[in-house]
Order: sequence, then structure tokens, then C-alpha cells
Amino acid sequence: MKKLLITILVFCFSLTGYAQDKGSILIKDGTLITIANGNMPNTDLLIEDGIITEIGEDISAPRGIETVDASGKYVMPGIIDAHSHIAGVDINEWTNPVTAEVSMEESINPNDINIYWALAGGVTSIHLMHGSANVIGGQNETLKLRYGADMDEMRFEGAPRTIKFALGENPTRVHGQGFDVQPRTRMGVEQVIRDHFDAAIDYKRNHQEYLDAKQDYENGNRSTPPVPVAKNERLEVLVDILEGEVLVHTHSYRADEITMLMRVFNDYGIENYTFQHANEAFKVAPELKKNGAYTSVFADWWAYKFEVYYSTAYNASILNENGVKNSINSDSGELIRHLNHEAAKTVHYGNTSKQDALKMITLNPAVQLGIDEDVGSIEVGKHGDVAIWDGHPLSIYSKTLKTFVDGKKYFDRAEDADDMRLNVDAEQDFDEASGRWYNENGRHSETCLQGAEIRFSKNGMKLQGN
Amino acid sequence: MTKDTEIIMTYLKSTISACLLVLFLGMSAEAQITEKAEFGKFAITNATVHTITSGVVENGTVLIDGEKITDVGTDINIPSGYKQIDGTGKHVYPGFIDSGTQLGLQEIGAVAVTNDQAELGDFNPHVRAFTAINPSSASIPVTRVNGVTNAISMPVSGRLAGKATLIDLYGYSPDSMAVRPNAAIHLNWPTSKKGGWWDDRSDKKVKKEYQADLKELNDFISRAKFYDKMLTDFENNPNNKEQPDMDKKMQAMREVVKGEVPVIISVDAKKDILDVIEWTKNYPDMQFILAGVRDGWRVADEIAEAGLPCLVSTLYTPERDYDNYQRPYQNPGNLHAAGVKVAIATGGVENVRNAPYHAGFAANYGLGQEEALKAITINAAEIFGVDDKLGSIEPGKQANLFIADGDPFEPMNHITDVFIGGNKIPMVSRHIQLYQQYLDRGAKTN
Repeated sequence: MKKLLITILVFCFSLTGYAQDKGSILIKDGTLITIANGNMPNTDLLIEDGIITEIGEDISAPRGIETVDASGKYVMPGIIDAHSHIAGVDINEWTNPVTAEVSMEESINPNDINIYWALAGGVTSIHLMHGSANVIGGQNETLKLRYGADMDEMRFEGAPRTIKFALGENPTRVHGQGFDVQPRTRMGVEQVIRDHFDAAIDYKRNHQEYLDAKQDYENGNRSTPPVPVAKNERLEVLVDILEGEVLVHTHSYRADEITMLMRVFNDYGIENYTFQHANEAFKVAPELKKNGAYTSVFADWWAYKFEVYYSTAYNASILNENGVKNSINSDSGELIRHLNHEAAKTVHYGNTSKQDALKMITLNPAVQLGIDEDVGSIEVGKHGDVAIWDGHPLSIYSKTLKTFVDGKKYFDRAEDADDMRLNVDAEQDFDEASGRWYNENGRHSETCLQGAEIRFSKNGMKLQGN
Repeated sequence: MTKDTEIIMTYLKSTISACLLVLFLGMSAEAQITEKAEFGKFAITNATVHTITSGVVENGTVLIDGEKITDVGTDINIPSGYKQIDGTGKHVYPGFIDSGTQLGLQEIGAVAVTNDQAELGDFNPHVRAFTAINPSSASIPVTRVNGVTNAISMPVSGRLAGKATLIDLYGYSPDSMAVRPNAAIHLNWPTSKKGGWWDDRSDKKVKKEYQADLKELNDFISRAKFYDKMLTDFENNPNNKEQPDMDKKMQAMREVVKGEVPVIISVDAKKDILDVIEWTKNYPDMQFILAGVRDGWRVADEIAEAGLPCLVSTLYTPERDYDNYQRPYQNPGNLHAAGVKVAIATGGVENVRNAPYHAGFAANYGLGQEEALKAITINAAEIFGVDDKLGSIEPGKQANLFIADGDPFEPMNHITDVFIGGNKIPMVSRHIQLYQQYLDRGAKTN
């Protein structure tokens, strides 16, 4: 009986310990795309307990550490997707124009097969974002793709908190058009943001005044106890934004709304922010540079709605040339499978250098998520998040061979079975029909509006496209 | 300097700068709006010519006279009057063809008034994409500067969505763009599967509805065949036969039931594909093409045996959670290996320019470079019956071709020149214009 109990306990620990495992591996003779120090041919890379401990020639494997031959292959830092909704359970808390209090931290599905498919494209970290249905949406969660770990173990430990804002058509459509609630216009979007920052400043002051008065009362300098300020989680998160503890990532498209938000942020002293999608960022590249703002854009998506009609696939190259730190993101379970290829398009559109193109899917998104001290390049002391490719990663003919997170192998083409699901759902109808192969009714499904598009009619619940 | 000369100088200066400004504006306006295609005689020299149908010609020359290619080879004397384009270090390919798009039918996805691909009603054989192609769509130049010179553009709604058209991506009217105005008719196969998590129909009901949909389709085709027979009888013998009443839908079906215009059947699930194969055997006089075919790799042998060509893409996620992640990339290769003729169809609108990359993924995952090139050129031309005009670089064919600085499947490479119907088209699109305008904005920041 005791033996059985121990077995069960060991089994349980091994399950929870599964993802916490940090791996060790020696990758020999590859061409290292370090991002930090250029490319290093025929170089060895040693990862011990999840951390890169040595880069150099002729490293011999410490006892017990496995060796992988990467001669003729490329080794690059794991790709980081600064805008993703894979592994998300719910995406949009669409019920109010401002929902800063909600967070994606409890909305993670570690068994989502899309995680494995992303690993197969050399991706090791994602920014799991709240949707774009509201002006100030929920808080996002930065994840490591430890496929099959539990929810807590998926988190990128030490990553700063981030939050989603959204400007333009989505919030004005969902709230103004759908519910007759401000904002109906871009004018309204600005005021919703200012109103809530002002309220947060008042909340903070009132709370401090209460604390001071309470202190006075306790010290006998005041005769009556003060009335406490009711706790307001929404405003507390907004205070954290104002104090620089939460990085803002803003869904935005047009140049005017981008400059609007920079003006607002300057008024409230908010720094270190990223514009997501930002299809018209190229028009205000000098202003973005001046304000130290970052951008995270699609390689070539456009024309799916009016606010992206005056777009250019040269956006990333223009921003890069103007000194704006830019990343290429997917916002899609499909594009995340080949972000290397999306980055290569910046060479096609505007001759961005190969090194800069690779930066846009590694170090730059790491900077935007505040995790660049740990990931985004191959350097001693950084995490062992790397992928081995059979050719230069920007070539359409290259494939990911192996992907490591914290030195632990999560994808290996040589051991890639047909069905890599961890969680088989007995209820799932395996033979559902797919959508049509073309864009039905000409509409892209915008993942950013997932969960909101089916409900936002004021005439009741309505499933679009059904 | 006297006061007067100072005034004159100031005047002159402002006049000169005004003149310069006018000149500059004139130039930029011309570059952005009124730049025309060049049409005439061209000789592309010293290039690697990928003819598709007759191999690769190194140090080759391609002669273009008017609308057509007049010569291809190595020992070609260039007659006088030909404008030479030095192709040293460059590659010439026939223009790429996307075999399934909605290009020209939609301008902005979310703006309903700009969407012309979905007419109301379930049976619309008389509705034509050709009618609604907008030659001024911003997506058309964006697409062709990436080497895609032709596209099938198709209506998409209902059961029989309407007629698809095959167009050149250059021209001032649908008439000047159409290579084959009625290139196919588009049929959405009624699926025997549930639609998704939101589909709460019972299995019995799903089956019943599927059978009802099939019956409706079969009845429609039977009526069309009967109408065609009545009309043919009347045409052959107008004195002794009664003239049937006018029926536009039935009229539009005549070329379909006679097999002159093929039916594109959009179908993805394995069971549905097998059903389609059985179903097509009922109509031996008609021509069929499968499109989408995402489960094609599961039933490739059956499709090959039925002799049905397939229009496929690669950049989508696997159909089922348990499918291997590379199935979409491998599907064209798997189909080809079984003996199916495949062509690339992105299904897109504004990003049809990515058709070469769909082909590139197919090439890399089993189809191979040579076959992938065919899938996006000659195979498409053959499937739609225009291989006398398009799909390869051969004398007598329409001069639809492009010049690239390397393999066009590789996104890091560039397309330098594009010809459509002999027109050397300006390498200008909204995306390029915005790049030129904003790369170095030259204005002060606010």
C-alpha cells in the first residue's frame, strides 16, 4: 500500500515537474546566428540547466550532457511572437470599453495543439494578448511554449506585466455602434483613455489622502475616522500603468490615432510602449522614433478593413530605416508557423538586411516585452531557447529541425509523429467540416475580435457568418 | 544692390522656385498616377529562361513583339527596333497564375459595399465575375508586381455561385483583361459534416439536409440538361419544335452541361471528396475540377483515378488537431505523387501576391521546384483551357512573363520587370508609392 502511494506521489510529481525540467544540451559545429554578435560559423553552444553557459570552439560535453551535431546547420534564438492568441481560452472581455482588471493569466490552454505547431516553426515564446474589442482591454501574459506544462508553468517568469489597448474601428464598432456606449468615434476613444487615467490619478490621491487621514486619526491628530476609499481593481491597474509597472501594447492602425496616443501618453508620462499592427506607422516613423515608441507589425496584411486600406508591405522596412525598433508578429495560428518567412518579406519589401529581419522576430520583440535580458539572442547567461534549422532561417526552403525551450527539446522533426496532441477530447467530432478554403464572404476572421464578433449586436446574441 | 533689384531678384527667385515646384509636382504626379505601360518590341537578353515546357535556357534571349512572344533561344539575332533589356544574372519566368481568387471583386473586406463576390440566392449560374471585375482595384497592381500576371476570380456564395473569369492583371476594362470571360462555374459542395462547435444539428438531421441539398443540385442539373436538349432540338428544327421560354439560369447552364465550361467544386473533407468522385460519374459529358481539397492527401489515389485536377494552397493550419503539422504543406506533393494534376489557388484577394510562396512551400515539402513551377503556370493554363496562350515561354504565346533577380519562390528575391500581354507594366503599386513617399519623409516631426 505504502509502495503504491509512493508510486502515485512520484507519478504526480513527475507530471507537474515535467515542464519545470530545464534541459542541458551541447549543440556542436553549427552556424550560430547570435543576433547579438553576428553569425559565428562552426561554433559550439552549451546549454546547462536551461541557461547558455558557453559559446566557442571545441567545447567538450560535460558528463551526462547529450550532444547534437549541427554541422552544416543554423542555430538561431527561438522566435518570439509579440502578438498571439494561440493557447488562449477566452480572448475578449468585451462588456465594457475599459476592462483593465481582467487578465489572460487564467485563460491559458497549455495543451493547445497550436503551441506544438508553433514550436515546429522555431517559436519559443509568445505574447498571449487580450483582444481588441475595448479601448483599454485586459492584461496580457507572456508565455514560454512549454507545451503540455500546466498553466502556471507556461508563464515567462520575470516578464513584466503588459496590457492591451485598442484604437479605431474595433472599439468604436463594438461599443459605439453595437451598444450606443462611448466611444463611437476616434474622438471618443481619446476621451475614454483620458477619463480613466484622470480617474486613476484621483483614485490614487484619494487613497493616499485617506491613508494620511487614517494615520492622523491613529496619532490622535484627527477626531473622526476617515471614510475609506473603496478598492477598485480597474483603477489600480491603471495606476500601475501610470507608474510604469505595466507596459502598454496598443492595437492601432492609422497614423492619426497613433500620434493621438503618443500625445496622451506624453501628457501622462507613460513611456516604453508598443503599437501593435500599426499599419500606418510608416507615416509617422520620425514621431515614433522621437518618442522612443516601438512597433510590432504584420509583414503584409492589408485591405481587410477600411483602416488598413492605405497600407504598405514596406511598413517594417520604413520603420527600421527610420530607427524605430520594430517586430514582425503573427496574430494568427497560421502565420506563427512560419514567422521566419514573414520576416524574410522585409527583405523583399524594402531591402531590410537579413540581420535586421531576424532581429524583428527575436531581439526586438524581446525588448518590446521587456524580456531581452533573458531571451532574443544567443549569449552566455541567456536562456537556452534556440532552434536548429537545416538552412538559413530566412529561406523558404529551410525547415526547423529541433526546438529547445530552457535547453529542453520540445520539437524534433526526426521524432515527429502524426498526432502530437497531449489532450485527446473524447467529445470532439473528428470529422467536422472545415470552413471553405477561400475567404468566405470576403472576410478575414480577425483573431483580435475572437469572442466579441459573435455577440456585439445590440439586437441580441448573433453569431457572425452563421 | 538697390531696393529695386532686390525686389526683382526676390520675384525671380520665387518664380524660379515656383516653376521648379510645378515641374517637381508634375514629375511626381506622373510617376504616381499616369505612368503608362510600354508596348512594342522588346528583347530580353543573356537571361536564364525558365520556359516550363522546354526546359531552362541559359544565356537565353526572349523576343516580344506586340502582344506575343515571337522567339526564345540562344542564337537569336535581335532585329532592329527592339528595346533591349539586359537579363545578365537574372531569370525569366512565365507569369504566375493563381487558379482561385476573388481579385477585382472585393476592395475592402469589412466594407460590405465593396464586396461583389457573393450574390444572393443559391443557384446563380448566370451571375458572372467578369461583369463585376474592377480594373482599378488597388490590389491588382500590388499583385502583379510580385510576378502574378493572371488570376481566376470567382463568385463564392450559395450552391452554384456563378461563373469564374480568367483575367490578365492589367487592363482598363473587364473586356480588355479577360483571357477567358467564362472560365468555369463555381460549385460549393454541400457538406455531409457538421459545421463546427456551434452546429447543434443531430447526425440524422445533418444527413437529411445533405441529401436534400444533393437532390436540389441534381434536379437543377437535370432541368438544365433537359432545357439544353429542348433548345438544341428547336435550334436544329425551328419549324417543327416548340421554342422553350427564356430562362437565363438554364441558358447559362448550357455551356456547363455540354462540358465546354468546367465546374470548380469546392470540397475539403475526405468523405465529401469521395462523394464528389462518385457524383461526377453521373455526368460524363461535364468537366470537373476540385478546389480546396484539404483532405486530398487522404484520398489522393482515388482522385488520381478519377482524373480530377486539384486547385490547392499550402498556407493554412491543419484541418484537424490530430493531423501532422506539415500536412497543408505536403498536400500538393502528395496529390502529385499519386498522379493528380495540381495548380495553386490561394483563395485570396489582397494578398494573392503570396501565391509564389504557397508554391514555394509546396516545392519544399514534396512537390519539388520544377513541379511547383508547373503548378503555378502551365498546369493552371491547361486546366482552364488556355495553354495555347498562357503558362509557358514559347513563341506564339501571349507575352505574360516576368524577370527576377533569383528564384521567385524565395521571398528575399525581387521581381524587376513584368510583362502582361506584351505590356511592360510600370513597377508601381500603392505599396511601392507609399514606400517612396515615406521612406525619408523629409518633413519636420511635430
